[in-house]
Amino acid sequence: MASGFKITPEHIALMKDVLIEHVPHAKALGMTVVNAAPGEAWLSVPYAENLVGNPETGVIHGGVITSLLDNACGIAVQLALPERMSIATLDLRIDYMKPATPKLELMSHTHCYKVTSSIAFVRGTAYHSDEADPIATCVGTFMLSANRSMPMTPEAAAEAMALFAQKKGGAA
Amino acid sequence: MSAETKMPDIEVLMQAIPYARWLGISIDQRGNEITTVLHFSEKLIGNPVLPALHGGVIGAFLETTAIAQLAFEFSGGEAGAGGLPKPIGLTIDYLRSGKPVETYGRAVITKQGRRVATVHAEAWQEDRARPIAAAHGHFLLKAADEPADK
Repeated sequence: MASGFKITPEHIALMKDVLIEHVPHAKALGMTVVNAAPGEAWLSVPYAENLVGNPETGVIHGGVITSLLDNACGIAVQLALPERMSIATLDLRIDYMKPATPKLELMSHTHCYKVTSSIAFVRGTAYHSDEADPIATCVGTFMLSANRSMPMTPEAAAEAMALFAQKKGGAA
Repeated sequence: MSAETKMPDIEVLMQAIPYARWLGISIDQRGNEITTVLHFSEKLIGNPVLPALHGGVIGAFLETTAIAQLAFEFSGGEAGAGGLPKPIGLTIDYLRSGKPVETYGRAVITKQGRRVATVHAEAWQEDRARPIAAAHGHFLLKAADEPADK
């Protein structure tokens, strides 16, 4: 499926802009879209001391892998859809194969292999350099057009962020 | 419940985990009941339009909630962060979008084996009866069983 359109550099740029730059948590983790294809995405997260789950070994917390895979699955779904629409994670199952190696960058490869009228199915792997030697694997389902019918354009996202910052300032 | 005389201080354990500190997770421990609290900050946002918490953050919070409960019931009060149970697999159901407010978590150990425990965890915000997410997972209890490259 999803082979009827080509991924252009603009498409990837949009993914980076909308799905990373305007997603505060993805930005906070230093997430980057490394590569993209129809229905497929490759992301990375650099090693950082504040992401450590075990201070004795320096191993990254499983939650970072969860965030990476969740975000990467969402991007793979976007890349499987002929047009942008809002999506929401329904469920995500993660299996942890081995601890991440301290100091190494985390990579993920996610693939949206089926899209129905309302649901997208995705699977993915987190690894360091060799996908055949995974740190974790995941399967997930996403609901399409979950929250609003209009896709989030970079402008809309920026506007929302500004509003959000204002609201936060006012409340505090 | 394995803690007879000395209850483990899970808050101290949690604050020793850099990632838990970074996310803003603290522990509300009342006797033998543990509630995890995820304090809201802007970096937790996944969807700025709604705005909603990032699904990964909610997953990480539920995982931490499960680990906190396991640490409480199995540490005997002495375990360092290095001896924490390790997740084998975790399935997260996203039930409602997470609002930009405080989130609370509770976990129940559904089955405790010798090496593996099965845990169910829930996260909610204003209304305990309307959870925003639930997770169930398996955790490896003995660090010694962990395969290579630690």
